[in-house]
Amino acid sequence: MTIQVNRREFLAGSGALTVSVLLPGLTKQAQAAGTQASRLGLKPDQLSSYISITHDGRVVGWTGKVDMGQGTEIGWIKMIAEELDVAPERVSMVQGNTEETVDQGGASGSTGIWFGGIALRNAAAEARLTLVEMAAAKFGVPAAQLTVDNGIISAGAKKISYGELIGGKHFDVQLEWNQEYGNELKVQGRAKPKSPSEYKLIGRAGTKRRDIVAKVLGTATNMVDVKLPGMLHGRMLRPPVAGAVPVAVDESSVKHIPGVKVVWQKDFIGLVAPKQWDAIRAARALKVTWSAVKPPFPDQKDIYNHIRAAKSMKRDEDVKVGDTDAAFANAAKIVEATYEWPFHSHASMAPACGVADMREGEATVWTGGQKPHFCREGIAKMFNLPEEKVKVMFMTGPGSYGRNDSGDATMDAAVLSKAVGKPVRVQGMRHDGTQWDPKSPASVHTSRAAIDRDGKVIGWQFETKAFSRREFFRDEGSPERTLAGQLLGWPLKPVWLLGVPGESYSFAARRKTSDTIAPLIDRASPLRSSHFRDPGGPQIHFASESFMDELALATNTDAVEFRLRYLSNPRDVQVVKTAAEKAGWQPHVGARKQLRGDVYVGQGLSYAVRGATRVAVVAEVEVHKQTHRIWVRRYFIAHDCGQVIAPDLLRQTLEAQIVQTTSRAVYEEVKFDNNNVTSVDWQTYPILDMKDAPETIDITLIDRPELPPGGAGEATCRPLPAAIANAIFDATGVRMRQAPFTPARLKAGWV
Amino acid sequence: MPSRFDLHVNGRAHAVTAEPDMPLLYALRDDLGMKEPRFGCGLAQCGACTVLLDGVPTRSCITAVSAVGAKKITTLAGIGTAQKPHKVQAAFIEEQVPQCGYCLNGWVMTSVALLDKNPHPSDAQIREALTGLKCRCGTHMSILRAVKRAAQA
Repeated sequence: MTIQVNRREFLAGSGALTVSVLLPGLTKQAQAAGTQASRLGLKPDQLSSYISITHDGRVVGWTGKVDMGQGTEIGWIKMIAEELDVAPERVSMVQGNTEETVDQGGASGSTGIWFGGIALRNAAAEARLTLVEMAAAKFGVPAAQLTVDNGIISAGAKKISYGELIGGKHFDVQLEWNQEYGNELKVQGRAKPKSPSEYKLIGRAGTKRRDIVAKVLGTATNMVDVKLPGMLHGRMLRPPVAGAVPVAVDESSVKHIPGVKVVWQKDFIGLVAPKQWDAIRAARALKVTWSAVKPPFPDQKDIYNHIRAAKSMKRDEDVKVGDTDAAFANAAKIVEATYEWPFHSHASMAPACGVADMREGEATVWTGGQKPHFCREGIAKMFNLPEEKVKVMFMTGPGSYGRNDSGDATMDAAVLSKAVGKPVRVQGMRHDGTQWDPKSPASVHTSRAAIDRDGKVIGWQFETKAFSRREFFRDEGSPERTLAGQLLGWPLKPVWLLGVPGESYSFAARRKTSDTIAPLIDRASPLRSSHFRDPGGPQIHFASESFMDELALATNTDAVEFRLRYLSNPRDVQVVKTAAEKAGWQPHVGARKQLRGDVYVGQGLSYAVRGATRVAVVAEVEVHKQTHRIWVRRYFIAHDCGQVIAPDLLRQTLEAQIVQTTSRAVYEEVKFDNNNVTSVDWQTYPILDMKDAPETIDITLIDRPELPPGGAGEATCRPLPAAIANAIFDATGVRMRQAPFTPARLKAGWV
Repeated sequence: MPSRFDLHVNGRAHAVTAEPDMPLLYALRDDLGMKEPRFGCGLAQCGACTVLLDGVPTRSCITAVSAVGAKKITTLAGIGTAQKPHKVQAAFIEEQVPQCGYCLNGWVMTSVALLDKNPHPSDAQIREALTGLKCRCGTHMSILRAVKRAAQA
């Protein structure tokens, strides 16, 4: 039972190489990647779990992180090649399958390079040291006298290759491991990684991605292409009113469609058929009677009042510095504003796909979800299997920027497969994605500042009140974290959490709190919320960075000047100054309302910190004076994520992140009525279209080779919405305090 | 009732047996085992399912297999190969366009049709021709660079 996949890799200057990857024979995948011997039980403290070397001297890197399409793989390859002194063309990666890689948490929190790359760098440095020591022993010369060039170790005329030294055998070298799994896993050897002055690859552009050619030629195997012998096509039935459950099913309604089998367990109802089109027809035709439930949702126009009025499930006091009460009591002036952010859908390019083959006592699963090791945990728990009996293979699916619908589709496939005793593939229709995927939570943020007689901010309060970003956690690592698990009655364990702005401004007294409220329906809700790219970040910083502009205005200060007054970290200062300079920022106070032809133009700046990364954005917008269409024409970005590994890929990662976040800020809002989510497709959940793409995105990368690399996949999501809102204010004098920034909202505020 | 349909795909003849109202997409993917095009929405709103029918970009997710008739179907795999990529493919590779790559088919096939009709489009014409396609990763800037590069090739 194997399917053959041809993966073409272009090696620089040497034409095409076809590598056969056999699935699901996992050791064969390892063989194809180059290793002959099985490794030492895939232990986190073994060098062989991260690096191996083939007979012909190629290097294989193994990681439990996953490249979701931003070229993280090339970052890893460069970090490995740099430390091992080999050409990047000789390094390949195996990622994200539970049989071959250690649990490093999958794609999560922009830690692919930040944490995952560091683990590989440390391992590769240790591998080089080990190989040099092996060669030194062989040659009988001190290790210090050896040189390495593209995997050949030399001592004068004596030469030996990595492949000759260890090819096909595994390293038997222990690493220092911090005893953690997932994102927190850290490993380190005796070897000290190179210093930046020795770099030949890090920080330079030009290494091409390995996945591009097949994607463009139409030969790449996607999650949706996985096919197994005897595989059936599954479809889920979802209720017309959210929260309703099936009470009767009329199977005669689908008896005219060949091979349909209905699977109804507790509140879970789906079906399978041998042909996909038949499964689709059957899902449309099947007559299900649903329980009568009270309409579960408030009117959409009241959602923010609902949030304000709802009981707080948990209050986090994230920051308390100085005496804010005293600051407000002594204030000459108090400024206050409230900002509102809607639910967002992941709206991935297609509804998620999962394939599961559930056998007696074991399971093999293919997922497009970005956390394959969590998927293994969830399946094992759901079906009471030992984790080692569950194999999960990550396949690139229709995109993933957090906990989208992949985790649900994969678990649905597993439940259906278990019920019918055959492999099952699930991929729903568009509404299964947009309507029923997990949502980024709606939120309300209130910001308040105390200003003294001299115009100095002496106190700042920031209050978040929101649905949790982890109503069912951030992954599918337990059954109740999936729709299927919730429908099958697994008890829920919500985590109450949203968050507050990162610490940046040195206002003397500041207090930041975050209250989370209960979901509108406790289980299987189409508005259940979870992680979507920089979870909580865009909405929180939309509020905090819009407010900084409001404070600048209230204190008669230019918005850039205002921020610089309260920033002390030189890296923060540099990104703000750089973005402003690049944008040709002209200091000004308040809205300029500059009319050029038919459009008002304006600039807005915003800045944020995320982990080890800081970024400043200037947005330049045009607002049409009649239609009120908002177009962000230009962006100027200054980005400092510490050490830059691959500047070309980083630029593209930032560009796409900027376009995606522009879409969220300007166009996106999940619509619902009292019964259900009514955003079901691209008409009812519009995203940015090509005509709306910016004209230019000017990116300045501030490279700090002396620092470790930070994350870059999410930080720019943070300041972007406020930069747009601040630019709209400059152009029109209208302060957008509710997203998305639609023409209707703009018009409503127009004076 | 299922019927037999003769399809001409990338220069080869195939026969499939299917319900007449089944969209062409499922014949290409499930009956002929092709990896492209792909299902994105089933509503002609995203373009992931685009094929060329006699050179015209067509959403195969809403085109009944019975409506294709003798028209020649070209898919992404039919416009170029590793040895001889189409100039649009070459430009998309050069610009390293895709992230997840799921939507890519629609952009490439629509760009091929655009450049056939208008070999040197302006920026506005490119944006206009590509509006209606979706890319959730947000690779729009790379796509614009690639189409301009292809137009200059």
